[in-house]
Amino acid sequence: MLELDRLRIVQGAFVLEADLAVGRGSKVAVIGPSGAGKSTLLLAIAGMILPDSGRIRWDGMDLADTPPGKRPVTILFQDQNLFPHLSVADNVGLGLSPSLHLTVEDREAVDGALARTGLEGLGERKPGTLSGGQQSRVAIARALLRARPLMLLDEPFAALGPALKEEMLALVGSVAAETGATVLTVSHDPEDAIGFADEVILVANGVATPPSPTQALFADPPEALRDYLGAAGRKRL
Amino acid sequence: MADRAQPVSLGLRLLSGGAGAALLAFVLMPLIAVIAGAEGWPRLGPQDWAALRFTLSQAALSAGISVALGIPVARALARRRFPGRGLLVTLLGAPFLLPVIVAVNGLLAIFGRGGLVNDLLAAFGQDRVSVYGFGGVVLAHVFFNLPLSVRLLLQGWAAIPAERFRLAASLGFAPADVARHLEWPMLRALVPGLFATIFLICLTSFAVALTLGGGPRATTVELTIYQAFRFDFDLGRAAALGLVQLVLCAATALLAARLAVPSAFGAGLDRPVERWDSSGRLIRGTDAGLLGAASLFLLAPLAAVVAGGLPHLFDLPAPVWGAAVRSVQVAAVSTVLALGLALPIALAVSGRGGARWLEIAGMLPLATSALVAGTGFFLLLRGLAGPAALALPVTIGLNAMMALPFVLRAVIPSARDLQADYGRLADSLGMGGLARLRIVTLPRLRRPLGFAAGLTAALSMGDLGVIALFADEDHATLPMQLYRLMGAYRTEDAAGAALLLLLLSLGIFWLFDKGGRGDA
Amino acid sequence: MKTTLSVPMIAGCLIASVAGAEDRPVLTVYTYDSFVSDWGPGPKVEAAFEATCGCDLKFVAPGDGAAVLARVLLEGQSTEADVVLGLDTNLTSRALASGLFAPHAAGDVAYDLPVEWRDDTFVPFDWGWFAFVYDKTKTDTVPADFEALAASSLKIVIEDPRSSTPGLGLLYWIKAAYGDRAEGIWSGLADNIVTVTPGWSEAYGLFLNGEADMVLSYTTSPAYHLIAESDDSKAAAPFSEGHYLQVEVAAKLKGTDQPALADAFLAFVTSEAFQSVIPETNWMYPAVTPAGGLPKGFETLIRPEKSLLFSADEAVNLRDAALAEWQTALSR
Repeated sequence: MLELDRLRIVQGAFVLEADLAVGRGSKVAVIGPSGAGKSTLLLAIAGMILPDSGRIRWDGMDLADTPPGKRPVTILFQDQNLFPHLSVADNVGLGLSPSLHLTVEDREAVDGALARTGLEGLGERKPGTLSGGQQSRVAIARALLRARPLMLLDEPFAALGPALKEEMLALVGSVAAETGATVLTVSHDPEDAIGFADEVILVANGVATPPSPTQALFADPPEALRDYLGAAGRKRL
Repeated sequence: MADRAQPVSLGLRLLSGGAGAALLAFVLMPLIAVIAGAEGWPRLGPQDWAALRFTLSQAALSAGISVALGIPVARALARRRFPGRGLLVTLLGAPFLLPVIVAVNGLLAIFGRGGLVNDLLAAFGQDRVSVYGFGGVVLAHVFFNLPLSVRLLLQGWAAIPAERFRLAASLGFAPADVARHLEWPMLRALVPGLFATIFLICLTSFAVALTLGGGPRATTVELTIYQAFRFDFDLGRAAALGLVQLVLCAATALLAARLAVPSAFGAGLDRPVERWDSSGRLIRGTDAGLLGAASLFLLAPLAAVVAGGLPHLFDLPAPVWGAAVRSVQVAAVSTVLALGLALPIALAVSGRGGARWLEIAGMLPLATSALVAGTGFFLLLRGLAGPAALALPVTIGLNAMMALPFVLRAVIPSARDLQADYGRLADSLGMGGLARLRIVTLPRLRRPLGFAAGLTAALSMGDLGVIALFADEDHATLPMQLYRLMGAYRTEDAAGAALLLLLLSLGIFWLFDKGGRGDA
Repeated sequence: MKTTLSVPMIAGCLIASVAGAEDRPVLTVYTYDSFVSDWGPGPKVEAAFEATCGCDLKFVAPGDGAAVLARVLLEGQSTEADVVLGLDTNLTSRALASGLFAPHAAGDVAYDLPVEWRDDTFVPFDWGWFAFVYDKTKTDTVPADFEALAASSLKIVIEDPRSSTPGLGLLYWIKAAYGDRAEGIWSGLADNIVTVTPGWSEAYGLFLNGEADMVLSYTTSPAYHLIAESDDSKAAAPFSEGHYLQVEVAAKLKGTDQPALADAFLAFVTSEAFQSVIPETNWMYPAVTPAGGLPKGFETLIRPEKSLLFSADEAVNLRDAALAEWQTALSR
């Protein structure tokens, strides 16, 4: 279980507070207006931003002193998820060993992950030669091998088309199912949330609310969500 | 996002702190040793202030012109692809790598009283013009430093990802738009440090200013230091003047750091850069003209060195070859040491909450008087071993330190970009320590590191400054042998040795630089 | 003699030089750089002295003559030097005042110097007249004195008195010849001076590259071109005021731990073996003409009738004022 215990992050005039828990194996959408702090929340969980006060715990263990790479977390950023000078296979292999000391079994696992994500035969290519969708698959393949119990998606697929984005989320969903991972995904698009997530965290007005069941929330949106969705958004649902 | 997360790791902080401490010790200890050896603190006289004024004005003008000319030349190089471009880039860098005497001789073969330009003027019935004086000093400094300016600016252009140029092309950017949106931010980030670097190089100029300055009007601070040591045997005055130089340097470096604005281009995917914005005939013509003029200015003196030395290159006396081997060894070890010191500093400076003091400290060796440093180290170390035993270690150490500002200038911007673009990803994957160095840092910084290594090696090859204070009969380096040949009337052998030095400096630079660029 | 150092050995040479101490006593001689160069007198002098002394003669060369003295003054009592070789009379007063030098044991030597030489501390080993050297094939009208030079349109390159011994020599030359009129002479020369270089090597190089019609050097300079290059085009211009002398000397340090060897070396300095090496390596006149006379070619050189030389004390007393005149005249 992920617990954010009276978490408070201050960056100049910007403040974000969160006091919530996410159950193991949940798929949670983090939605809210642009600039509200969705990414900040994920970066804090990943250890990229240190909170000013409060605790982040995973299964009861405080993560304050755990550096990002050692946290039970895989994060996919909006961009720069791949090292351009490393081959696809090496980029994926980093999920098994940050020093790229890969055994024969590791190499096989990398091949397996590439196959699993539809990247057979592309292992030797450099990321620059791949399509956007393929690049996303490489990052997902690496997440598969890292097999961390918490996957954080900071809109890594924002640049992809709707169909491709759906495909990627489905791939993440099945990878998460395989590894039993809890998934937090930032999204601007309520439809993503409804299609993918069991629960929703709304980040607005400096506060991240505890997760609510997706269907129930959208059926009867609280005021903050109504403001965010606007008239058009509500009608579409 | 100015977050306060993930400070620089402890190991790196220790390493960079150690390197920074070594650097400060290198700059300050000899000065302190010289001050300690002095009797009383002197008052600087009107002649010292006149020297300071001359030094500052020529340095400012030299740096200004070097940067102002460097921008259009580097831009032309950045947006043109033509056969032999790589070779031209290497050759254009050559003057900066040359030992002063060699370069001055080459320069005078073109611009001197008996040089090509004056011969042409005379052939057309015009009066000969004298290069000596303030203008000559500036001309020589621009000749030396324009190459550095072009190379560092070219790196700046190379650091703008291909994707941004693609975007610019898709938006129909004209060259002026590219200049405003892509090139100007890059220049804002780069130019202050570049100007400061060249300014400081010119600040400690001695032989160039004296030889081309035409007389005592062109007295620099470095010459007054020389005078204090060697003519008046006045350590106090030498130390006071050395301190003035150092304070000037620190102030300049501080100002440059203030003025530099990070460019924040974000990362690309290493796609080859293609330029769509500069295919107009006028622009092509201008670029070609610029490159032609710069090549002529920078390469004609080199050609003169080659022409003068070639007939004598193959029958150089044996001691010259021995010295050449020694110089290459000194250069190799200096390079390893310089990069070993510079990398942790660059990484620490570019890390979050980066240690700004390190960046300032990294500039200080530029304003360190070779004579003060050499004498100071001599005073410090002479209890430990004889001067002959110290000659090579001290030379290697000083060469590495003297090259450090250039190495940092070349590496820090790229290290910053690396940290901004891939720092989070590497952190999130738990990549640290040597693995991160091997898999991410070194490959991503390969280009600037190769360039910096080449620069350090070539500068050490050509360095005469310090070893002369320590060397005995058996430890002469190639520049020393060159100088000894000149001192023994053997001008022709000296010309051959100068060419050998030129070839070795350029060759070693080319090797490292090529290695850094990989196959690209 | 030259062994190349492998890279790891560079670091190791510190240890090696300590560990590799030999049984033979070491005589350390500080001298100027061009003396020890492979083309200077150093190697031959070393071989000749070591053949008789049963010692290891070690040269240390921290730069030119002024740098040698600066080094000794810096080191003071603890200097490793047993002998200093290569100061000239413009430096000896300062050297003597330091109290670091000891009287020599050499008796009366019949020096072939153009001036009377008597000194308890400093043993002269060679000498030369400063002169302006020109190319006979390029310069027809040769000035006969400084005033003629100043009035001519000839271009000259000189050395900076603050960083070079010939530069300082020229300062004293004009001072000795013109006294209070020196500043006026300098003003007259200002438009003839192409540039002022840090040292002799740069100046001579500029001259050979055609940057100037004349260069401040020595009357012996043409001998190099004649003997080594069979080129008789270079000549020194005789000046009617007389020519200033440079006398180069050697002296023993008080603190030497090899006093007997040091005395032996100072005696060796004026001996045939040393003196015969000087003309064709240092391109100066030997202090004692060797038995075989001067090398063929030296007879073609000009021999000024009048030699100018300030005593060491005069030189020191005049120095700052003469330098100020020079700076003022050339800064206008």
